[in-house]
Amino acid sequence: MSFSHLLLGILEPAPCHGFALKNAYDVRFGRGRSLGVGQVYATLARLQRDGLAELVGVESGDGPDRRVYAVTSLGVAELSSWLLTPEPPTGYAQSVLFAKTVLALLSDRPADEVLARQRVVHLERMREVRRLGQAGDLVSRLSADHEIAHLDADLRWIELAGKRLEHIAAEHGLSG
Amino acid sequence: MSGPLLAGLGLGVSFGETAALEDVSLSLSAGEVVAVMGTSGSGKSTLLHCLAGVLVPDRGEVSFAGERIDNQSDRRRSDLRLRSFGFVPQFGDLVPELTLLENVALPLRLLQVGRREATGRAAALLDELEVGSAASRRAGAASGGQVQRVAVARALVHCPSVVFADEPTGALDSATGELVLEALVATARDRGSAVLLVTHEAVVASHADREVVVRDGRLDLLAFPTVG
Repeated sequence: MSFSHLLLGILEPAPCHGFALKNAYDVRFGRGRSLGVGQVYATLARLQRDGLAELVGVESGDGPDRRVYAVTSLGVAELSSWLLTPEPPTGYAQSVLFAKTVLALLSDRPADEVLARQRVVHLERMREVRRLGQAGDLVSRLSADHEIAHLDADLRWIELAGKRLEHIAAEHGLSG
Repeated sequence: MSGPLLAGLGLGVSFGETAALEDVSLSLSAGEVVAVMGTSGSGKSTLLHCLAGVLVPDRGEVSFAGERIDNQSDRRRSDLRLRSFGFVPQFGDLVPELTLLENVALPLRLLQVGRREATGRAAALLDELEVGSAASRRAGAASGGQVQRVAVARALVHCPSVVFADEPTGALDSATGELVLEALVATARDRGSAVLLVTHEAVVASHADREVVVRDGRLDLLAFPTVG
């Protein structure tokens, strides 16, 4: 994910200083992890160098003066282009869950138990994410929907893998 | 009342030679949302029908509010369903000739609630479920999403102790289904109604406080082993 584009998107609605940008990022995308303010200022400097953001004023207050930045027209065009560019689909074949299941099968360990245990944890996480999303604002809810959809994809695969194992066991006359 | 609100103990049902349910026990506390998961033909709907007093089990017993119901007459069980239970079927099953408002008011009218009060309560619930603007539409002309929301309203309008929902979003696209399900669970929780949610989908089951899995007519203990 391009951090500079994310910052451009947060900055676009109204000019603001680096610390306010950091706070806005933490609220919308931080997921409990706070962004270092140094990273924000370094990115703002790059955006300014590339003509995508510009310094539009200095805000004075109790503490040190704060430089206020805004997105340039070139920055708006760059942001629009980034938003409309599809992200490459991620490959999932190397997921740890997949690898564990295959290893369990190859070593004659009970793969169905690996899947069943994972299912419990996935469902519990799904329930937790749903609670967090329902307690929050629209962005929290969208974030929860996104995670739930991915957990659901895993769970569907677990179901299908379980069915395949049952079929294979039945074909070979194995029990369970 | 102490103990579970609704409980099935050692339930068994056979259709001819086929055992649809074998020694299944499940209880539901007041206000609790429980999902019964399983694939097609696993016996999950049979379990729902037993607990709801629609089907009398061949073995075991069902009690509601501390009183056995499986040995009651058809008429008493029917009366219990009308007063204390609500149902959300997969396809809504509204009366197509009636308006959406009339469909929701129907359980109240059957319970001898006056027309004005029944209509008022039905209209308020339709508003709460965001289908108030379509209240005067005939059920036969409503969209799938509207029909299921109205089915939710009809199941909850008399503030039942338990709502039984059998694949309540199975006929909807996943996004519409998700919103209907949110509305069902939130509205039931607001009213203190317990919900028994039958589904084959994990994403639906994740709306519940807990879930059990039925496989080949039995509770599947392998599906939820003790982790760690």
